[in-house]
Amino acid sequence: MLENQFLETMIVTFKLAGVTTFILLFIGVSLGYYLAFTENRIKPFFEAIISMPLVLPPSVLGFYLLMVFTPNSWFGNLLKESFDTQLVFSFEGLVVASIIFSLPFMVQPIQNGFSSLPKNMILASYTLGKGKLETLFKVMIPNIKASILTATVITFAHTIGEFGVVLMIGGNIEGETRVASIAIYDEVESLNYDLANQYALTLFIISFIILLTVYILNRRFLKGQF
Amino acid sequence: MIKLNFNKKLEGADGDIDLNISETVDKKSFLAIFGESGSGKSTILNIIAGVSKPDYGEIIVDDQIWFSSEKMINLPPQKRDIGYLFQDYALFPNMSVEENLFYALGKGDKREVENILKITDLINLRYKKPDNLSGGQKQRVALARAIVRKPKILLLDEPLSALDLEMRQKLQNELILIHQKFGITTILVSHDISEIYKLATNIFQISKGKIVKKGTVSNFFGVSDSNNQMKFSGEIVEILKNSCLVLVGHDILKVSVKNIANIKVGDLIMISTKREFEICGF
Repeated sequence: MLENQFLETMIVTFKLAGVTTFILLFIGVSLGYYLAFTENRIKPFFEAIISMPLVLPPSVLGFYLLMVFTPNSWFGNLLKESFDTQLVFSFEGLVVASIIFSLPFMVQPIQNGFSSLPKNMILASYTLGKGKLETLFKVMIPNIKASILTATVITFAHTIGEFGVVLMIGGNIEGETRVASIAIYDEVESLNYDLANQYALTLFIISFIILLTVYILNRRFLKGQF
Repeated sequence: MIKLNFNKKLEGADGDIDLNISETVDKKSFLAIFGESGSGKSTILNIIAGVSKPDYGEIIVDDQIWFSSEKMINLPPQKRDIGYLFQDYALFPNMSVEENLFYALGKGDKREVENILKITDLINLRYKKPDNLSGGQKQRVALARAIVRKPKILLLDEPLSALDLEMRQKLQNELILIHQKFGITTILVSHDISEIYKLATNIFQISKGKIVKKGTVSNFFGVSDSNNQMKFSGEIVEILKNSCLVLVGHDILKVSVKNIANIKVGDLIMISTKREFEICGF
């Protein structure tokens, strides 16, 4: 029974991180590309908005998302009436909140990767008759693989480690919104130190392995072994 | 024939300059644009390539309008049929030498890649990635990549200035060979006089956005008299009382001058003599 509960919580945790990271990968490449090359004057405004989760306490973001997602709000009501979904205390809500919360971890490394590409490399592709899309997929993305890998893994690891936003938006519903970081807190509250340790140690080891892999892969990328 | 007729305001280190060009370039010629840095040389290449936009004017290449402010036409670089050789090579590090060429060729005849690899002596390096090549090899790959599509115009932006003398001379010979073989109209931006003398058929000298002197190479250097035994092209580096110091290649020559008022530091000159010389040692 306890074992099942542990597994279920770990599955929710990794499912949340996986889905969030997958969706953010597309958002990150598009936004990173836009921000790296736009000359629009409102670029700093975008950058500031995207970076907000880095400095805000997660509870602030959680609070506002809760206000927006709740069925009593205009947006929450619209979702409920039109799609019969609600984002508060649901897995979907957690995904939306995690995407917003982890956005800078995905966008910033990718944006930096695009910015660091030599300008002439991109111009060379254009002067060879290649369009923007072909240049993006065949020249630019293959040459920022290391940045994309870093962004993906950091985003994944960061989503696993989320606590504040998840607690505010998702609550603690077993098998639906209960993730490992919340479970640790919950088990400690109930003086269930063994189970808390099981969660904590698992997160500790997995996070370490993920980060170690990134740094080893990045070293190989830099040496040009791929 | 390339018709260049355009204006563009440039922000320079010493204030704004007006780039004002109204020239034609003959088909199959090898034009060198020479001038001090910040004079607008590279901007001319960028404008021809479609990377930079003139304020007004027009660019017409073989009766095709590439840019016209009046007709609101501005072809993007992709549609201009050019080859551009950058000083920093700008190779694609994720692709091998031959993949760089195949990418450039697109849907063209695959045998063309083989042909160009042979001409540029890159057959043995074809599977290497750019990061494993020397500077000279990289620029040869970049040159091969720029010409594999047989562009209408080849643009060279100080392509050899990062290379050592020996490699530079080797690549100069290669550029001559390729120009003769394919007859691609070539425009070179350079500040190396000996390079210009060796490669170009025509020269524009540009200063503060205006072309101040132009002509064929022999006209430009002021000598076309074949009776002369020895000719050197060089740049005046210092003016003394009745003579001047001239940089010829990597050597300084002291030359006596009758009318010192006509010359100034930085002028390109041709020195000739009717006396015969003997080689007195190696």
